[in-house]
Amino acid sequence: MPIKTEQFYLNVGPQHPSTHGVFRLRLSLDGEVVTDVEPIIGYLHRGIEKLAESRTYTQIIPLTDRLDYLASMTDNVAYCLAVEKLAGIKIPERAEYIRVIFSELMRISSHMMAVGFYLNDCGAFFTPVLYMWREREKIIDLFDMVCGQRLLYNYMRVGGVSQDVPDEFLPAIKKFVAEMPRYIGEYNQLIKQNEIFLARSKGVGILPKETAVNIGASGPVLRASGVKWDIRKMDPYSIYDRFDFEVPTGEAGDCYDRYWVRIQEMTQSLRIIEQAINQIPAKGPICSEVPQFFRPPPGETYGYIEAPKGNLGFYIVSDGSIAPYRLHIYPPTLINITALKDMMIGWKVADLIIIFGSMDVVLGEIDR
Amino acid sequence: MTLLDQFQLILKTAGWPEWAVYLTPAIVGILIIIIFVLTVVIVFIWWERRLISRFQIRLGPNRCGPEGILQPIATAVKILLKEDIVPEKADKLIHFIAPIIVFVPILLIFAVVPFGEGAILVDLNVGIIYVIAISSISVIGIFMAAWGSGNKYSYISGMRSIAQMVSYEIPVVLSIVGIALVTGSFSMIKIVEAQSIPFILLQPLGFLIFFLGSLAEMNRSPFDLLEADSEIVAGYHIEYSGMKFAMFYLGEYGVALAYSGIITTLFLSGWQGPLLPPILWFIIKVMLVFSLIIWMRATLPRLRVDQLMSFAWKFLLPMAVINLVVVAVEVLVLPAGLQWVMVILNFGLAAVLILLWSKLFTLGGGRVEV
Amino acid sequence: MTVAVNTEETGKKIAEAIPGSVVSSEAGSLTVDSKSLAQVSEFLKNTPGLEFDYLTVLTAVDYLHYFEVVYRLVSLKNNQSLILKTRVYGRENPTVPSVTDTWRAAYYQEREIFDLLGIKFEGHPNLKRLLLWEGFNGHPLRRDYL
Repeated sequence: MPIKTEQFYLNVGPQHPSTHGVFRLRLSLDGEVVTDVEPIIGYLHRGIEKLAESRTYTQIIPLTDRLDYLASMTDNVAYCLAVEKLAGIKIPERAEYIRVIFSELMRISSHMMAVGFYLNDCGAFFTPVLYMWREREKIIDLFDMVCGQRLLYNYMRVGGVSQDVPDEFLPAIKKFVAEMPRYIGEYNQLIKQNEIFLARSKGVGILPKETAVNIGASGPVLRASGVKWDIRKMDPYSIYDRFDFEVPTGEAGDCYDRYWVRIQEMTQSLRIIEQAINQIPAKGPICSEVPQFFRPPPGETYGYIEAPKGNLGFYIVSDGSIAPYRLHIYPPTLINITALKDMMIGWKVADLIIIFGSMDVVLGEIDR
Repeated sequence: MTLLDQFQLILKTAGWPEWAVYLTPAIVGILIIIIFVLTVVIVFIWWERRLISRFQIRLGPNRCGPEGILQPIATAVKILLKEDIVPEKADKLIHFIAPIIVFVPILLIFAVVPFGEGAILVDLNVGIIYVIAISSISVIGIFMAAWGSGNKYSYISGMRSIAQMVSYEIPVVLSIVGIALVTGSFSMIKIVEAQSIPFILLQPLGFLIFFLGSLAEMNRSPFDLLEADSEIVAGYHIEYSGMKFAMFYLGEYGVALAYSGIITTLFLSGWQGPLLPPILWFIIKVMLVFSLIIWMRATLPRLRVDQLMSFAWKFLLPMAVINLVVVAVEVLVLPAGLQWVMVILNFGLAAVLILLWSKLFTLGGGRVEV
Repeated sequence: MTVAVNTEETGKKIAEAIPGSVVSSEAGSLTVDSKSLAQVSEFLKNTPGLEFDYLTVLTAVDYLHYFEVVYRLVSLKNNQSLILKTRVYGRENPTVPSVTDTWRAAYYQEREIFDLLGIKFEGHPNLKRLLLWEGFNGHPLRRDYL
């Protein structure tokens, strides 16, 4: 008598502790081995692109906060850069530096969350996350100091930033920059030599270079696969051509490389912040004169930056009115998860969780 | 002569009827042990939460009572007041009896744990074998819970549990045999009395193997694959709530206490120690072992299931066999007075073997073509 | 700097290789005929000197009497970029060939456009709604959707 068998399906998510939000993976399993993966998204869709069509250009800035809520500042920057490109607005020198400082602080903070929760997915019981949170708290205090917000900053404006930094900000950030390398050393000491961590992440979830380019991956995911592509370096926006920094890359494209690229990027971001603090003009305007309801000329533009999670872009079409005719958000993590299927098939359920963790996705950005 | 025997003797001389002479001390002893276990478990829960929060640079519960000592009681009340939910697709009977089958054997282990000189319920002459036999029953309970819940996550957990428990039993037993060879007895009391030098010094390798194996037996990090909350959410007790969940929760800490007690007995010379009374020494040593377990939980990531298996079969098992052979030869060859020679020899052996295996044995990769 | 390639020259190259494909080449972008899109994308990816191996943004705009599908291509090797556009007319059943065979980056973005604007991508391996649920009525990002 033949034994009756059937395919074992497992729904990981939308409510699952390791899906970093409301992501759902429909798995076909053979024992513990994953044979098929189907990502299902859309549980956090708020229709930001549609909402933007009925708001003025300034009113859209708070909406962009809600995209990648772990890196709201860079979302603001990306949107403002795109609008400034569209309307041809120049921004003051001091505002440029403030933007760079905050983008890089945001990158450090976002990478901390990524690395911390990646370790959590590996099964380390919350210790790495809380160590990372200790320093992230300091970054958030800095943000709190300038805009009174801790998560959704709404700080950037078209033409500059909303308010100047207070007097105590520069000493505080100098202190932070001086302390931070020691903490990064502490993370390395805790994590990098851990035998179980290495066994879990080395060689796991390999994304080959060709696939990474073909699926349009960006950010640490692309760089971990060995492609030296960082928009800050290859296509400098804002004032990034004034700073000296390196673009860390991985070799194998496995989970370990993605972790290690992020740690190295934190060091490079600190270098940029250090240079920016030294170069920032002492006084000066922080926002150029932009009318409240400005009308960019009809046309279209694509503004993009290197956000912590990759290449974040805003495609804006203007019809000459006070609201955009069409606003499209290019979310890096949505593109990165195209590769999930290639990376996950053949691995076990436990690996699948850490592969997904190493991609560092934020569902606010994927679903928009 | 255990305390219970003395108690029996007193009753006998007081002229109690035969059945009461046997029954009264047994019931009193069982009650004392259950109360002791539950109290220590509550202290353990508090201690784990406080200590792990220290490792994680936070404070932990500190509001209920001094230093938050009443927090576990508040937690227990909360858990007991919760609605008892049985999933529609669950196998109702199995779902109901599984927590009991998990919890009862854990209490049974304490029958042979010596808390002090003579403070033992029954001094079985096969004490340690009894522990091994009884503690394997919990696996069945876990598998019943996993299967009876009718949940796919718990199903995966059940499959993992069988594999994990069965493979780790072997190195654990082999490392115990090494001790039995030195003591010449399986009785827990005799094992403690034989330790003029604690066996952790005499058999460092045996201790490591037993410690790691028992971590896997009690599903503690880094071998907590059964409940891996980042992968299979809570594993076998995903569908449990209320009183039934409390059984699993208490069982988890109860087994931690039991194994800490057994490690103390087997390797840390049990209740023996200078100055302080024996029961205090026992509790201090148990807390030390449990703190070590908490430390590992706060520090280490989790192994994957195939890595876990190869760790048991390719790392622990060969080591345990080599350890056993070496100990047997030493017991045969060395005269009884030369235990310090054995200490030096065994430390050397442990260092050499661990270095050798760390070169030979690597984990990683693990992709399966599908 | 990522340099935008000269669209006129590129347009000429494409027109030579695939006659009748280029509709117009403005300053910033190159508009091609939607029917020849698959060939053009292959050509852009594989021709030496162009080698656009990296597709970033793929989106569509509803101009009421036509839809414009926009592709931004980047060549990681030569560090240059190109904005490629194609137009599709009709509101009932607008259809564009899919470029997922050339750049898999289009996989989710095409599904998203199908979901929100209702443009069908012929040849897409799994053209289903992405963000909204199955059975949702209408395509919200169209300008006439209320």
